[in-house]
Amino acid sequence: MPHIDVDRNLPGIRALMAFRPETAAPMGELANVLLRDDEGLSMAERELIAAHVSYLNDCFYCHQSHGAIACEYLDGNKDLVEQVKKDYNSAPVSDKLKALLSIAGSVQKGGKYVTPEQVERAKTLGASDRDVHDTVLIAAVFCMFNRYVDGLAATTPTDLSTYPPRAKQVATNGYGAHIFSAKQTVV
Amino acid sequence: MAYINVPEGVPGIRALVMFRPETGKPLYDLAQVLLRGESPLSEAERELIATYVSYLNDCTFCMSSHAAAARCLFSDNKDTVDAVLKDMQHANVSEKLKTLLHIAGKVQILGKEVLPEDIEAARKLGANDREIHDTVLIAATFCMFNRYVDGLASLTPTDPAEYDAMGKRMTEKGYQLPTTG
Repeated sequence: MPHIDVDRNLPGIRALMAFRPETAAPMGELANVLLRDDEGLSMAERELIAAHVSYLNDCFYCHQSHGAIACEYLDGNKDLVEQVKKDYNSAPVSDKLKALLSIAGSVQKGGKYVTPEQVERAKTLGASDRDVHDTVLIAAVFCMFNRYVDGLAATTPTDLSTYPPRAKQVATNGYGAHIFSAKQTVV
Repeated sequence: MAYINVPEGVPGIRALVMFRPETGKPLYDLAQVLLRGESPLSEAERELIATYVSYLNDCTFCMSSHAAAARCLFSDNKDTVDAVLKDMQHANVSEKLKTLLHIAGKVQILGKEVLPEDIEAARKLGANDREIHDTVLIAATFCMFNRYVDGLASLTPTDPAEYDAMGKRMTEKGYQLPTTG
């Protein structure tokens, strides 16, 4: 049960955003600008970073949601998404993305865990300054979203079939105000 | 030196949002509405929560700048800020605020650390849903800002006077996306 009185018909962060639309607006905008962008890192890669960090933070709602969105961009390759979440080193993704996921994993522990060597390695493998920036910020942003969702004990659907329909909507329309205002049946 | 090519000599988060204003804008908007917008928690209390979480995350830039802002806002009671950082449970703040700071400390570890009894303790002392919401979101938001600043090794000034100036600016002008250092 959520720690505060929010709409029980909305899962996860959406109930929290509906509770306080004033803070929801910049958070939705941030997610949209940061995740719905194909420059340098693809939208799939950005969602994989988000899902991996959420998995490390043990936030079921976020790693299921963003894993499902990544899956939408990856032609339904669920196995790849699960592998990246749990053990990206053995996943068939580029060495550049592995280097960036390693940075994201350090950010999850704390900013100071990121080392110059990690950044150097990512750059050697072709990561630009913007790629490094976006990786660190995505990881940091999910350290926020994950804590917001679990810190208020937001409702987390356990039925995994409820995540893909929502993911399709995000893959089509992006993030933003509609995320928490649109009617939906997922409970 | 920062890990990416940000404007030289610009400290902390300011350099990062100048590097990428597209993400900087919603980040500053979030800080403004959360720390300066309407809330049952005072601006001083909200800055104190931000400072406390940044301290727990060992983020010198965020801790020092928000501590400076909190000192300005607490004005005659500015010693409160350092007392909370030194020993929160024995500091001269309300018992209710202590329970909220305790919740913020749990959020800093991880969301699931916040237990129903932590919430119950705050409610018993009068905390309402909005205060609990804002406390959790401020703590979560600073878990982001702290990681953003230190994860990119942004410039962290060591002169306390620089932070005093920042605190004054944050108190008077709030959070507006910087276009210069």
